[in-house]
Amino acid sequence: MLKELNKNKMLFLMLLPTLIFFLINSYFPMVGIYYAFTRYDFEGGLFGSPFVGLENFKFLWQSGMLLKLTTNTVGYNLAFIILGNGLAIFCAIMLSEIRGKVFKKVTQSVMFLPYFISFVLLSVIAYNMFNYESGFVNTVLKRFEAGPVDIYNTPWIWVFLIIIFYLWKNLGYSMVIYLAAITGISDEYYEAARMDGANIFQRIWYITVPMLKPTFVILLLFSLGSIMKGQFDLFYQLIGNNGVLYNATDIIDTYVYRSLKVTFDIGMATAAGLYQSLFGFILIMTVNYIIRKVNEDYALF
Amino acid sequence: MHTRARDSEFTMLFQVIAYTFILFLSIICLVPFLLILSGSFSSNESIVRDGYHLFPTDFSLEGYKMVFKFPTQVLKAYGVTVFTTVVGTALGLFFITMAGFVLQRKDFKYRNTFSFFIYFTTLFGGGLVPWYIMLANYFNLTDTYTVLIFPGLMTPFLIILMKNFIRSAVPDELIESAKIDGANDFRIYFSVVLNLAMPGIATVGLFLALGYWNDWFTSSLFINNPDMYQLQFYLYNTMNTITFIDQMAIGTGITLSQDVPTESTKMAMAIIVTGPILFLYPFVQRYFVRGLTIGAVKG
Repeated sequence: MLKELNKNKMLFLMLLPTLIFFLINSYFPMVGIYYAFTRYDFEGGLFGSPFVGLENFKFLWQSGMLLKLTTNTVGYNLAFIILGNGLAIFCAIMLSEIRGKVFKKVTQSVMFLPYFISFVLLSVIAYNMFNYESGFVNTVLKRFEAGPVDIYNTPWIWVFLIIIFYLWKNLGYSMVIYLAAITGISDEYYEAARMDGANIFQRIWYITVPMLKPTFVILLLFSLGSIMKGQFDLFYQLIGNNGVLYNATDIIDTYVYRSLKVTFDIGMATAAGLYQSLFGFILIMTVNYIIRKVNEDYALF
Repeated sequence: MHTRARDSEFTMLFQVIAYTFILFLSIICLVPFLLILSGSFSSNESIVRDGYHLFPTDFSLEGYKMVFKFPTQVLKAYGVTVFTTVVGTALGLFFITMAGFVLQRKDFKYRNTFSFFIYFTTLFGGGLVPWYIMLANYFNLTDTYTVLIFPGLMTPFLIILMKNFIRSAVPDELIESAKIDGANDFRIYFSVVLNLAMPGIATVGLFLALGYWNDWFTSSLFINNPDMYQLQFYLYNTMNTITFIDQMAIGTGITLSQDVPTESTKMAMAIIVTGPILFLYPFVQRYFVRGLTIGAVKG
């Protein structure tokens, strides 16, 4: 180690800021996991707070909180992954076959635009469309004498709205990645298929779709890795502190954030965060293990 | 001959479906922006009476006038965001490119160990609360510019992206020959790698800048001084405060919203905060697409 350090002094030095960053930002906080086993008191700090063992976890479990948060987090993420990739692949295929160059460019830009805006603006958009008094949706409904509907107090609608907003914001981004993969497919395949008399639907189904599989698997693996981490910004900005909707929309991240900012349940919030990390860690390891058994090339590590 | 005719029929059919579908989705992607724009140019009265429309029914600039009646706070928030975006992106790019360069060097023995050190943080972490307490209580970063910049400097994903990019853009032989010419590693990085990795740098830089520009979370956790609010958090606060005032007014029977154009002010504020992104978008988008394309084909 020392010999290497001496030989590549400069390289170590260039890597140092990055190592320090991850040490502070990621590794030091791991010590704080200890909070999950204490009843936090502000005077005592890290090791001055009374040790309570697994009490925080027990409480989370008994209140039914862990189960609800887990099903919500995993459920939403599965919907995001399946619908998000499906829609992106579908659009990328259509866009790649469209002949009008200008149309293609303009629509691609327009669909990529939502990816660039902040989640705060997303909440403004949701407010503009769905608020009770003056929301656009209610304006339209009133015109057809069908409204108004109190959307902000109707939990089940938000299950769909959250998924739709996720798709809306991310479609352009994932579409570009699939478009890139389609561009990489050699024209010879299509030429040969045309010679054999395959029509456009057959060419897509037997050439394009199978060729997208590696890209799909890689994106799938990446998103499976973060399945316990919800899109915090999305959920928090759309739902905020609207308690009526929690049952349908609370995920681990929003629960932890609220416990920290609103109710100051430090021990409980750390416990929920630790559960999230451990559960996610085990999940990734398992999935990766299975994938390596099936096909080594696709495994993440 | 027969199959050829059938083929072109199918192709026609497909084109019709594709055009319709893509056009439909594009409109859906655009409409929410139009709604906000229209709201910002509508008179408050018309919004309260008839609700939001796709086009302003009663054109008015009162929302914008309201925001710029007291411009100092908005301008301060702009200043904070521009400052953190520029400094954070520059610093982040500097560190990320250096790390990427080092981690792809085959003659660097511990590159896999260090790569795993970085990658592991995506697998397991201490969670939000320990991280917050450490920065706030042990590093005393509440109400500092450091805390607005530090957490967003880099992510493992961006480092991996940069590492892959440099590996494919800079041939090993080039580094070798520069070494023989007597250049040290930093010199090689600075004058060879930085030049060749420009598309990768543009992409990673855009990711970083977007992250800083759209950040509201750091303010919400660490900033109590209103002069230091980031732009997005300022918008978030404005939205909540106005809604709060509205509800107060309903509760007390005072018709405040007639004097203060609350609805149109919210939308004008949203446009003012988002403006620069919408304006820069057409220029920036190209680089993003190109960078992602290269990255994805590698992946």
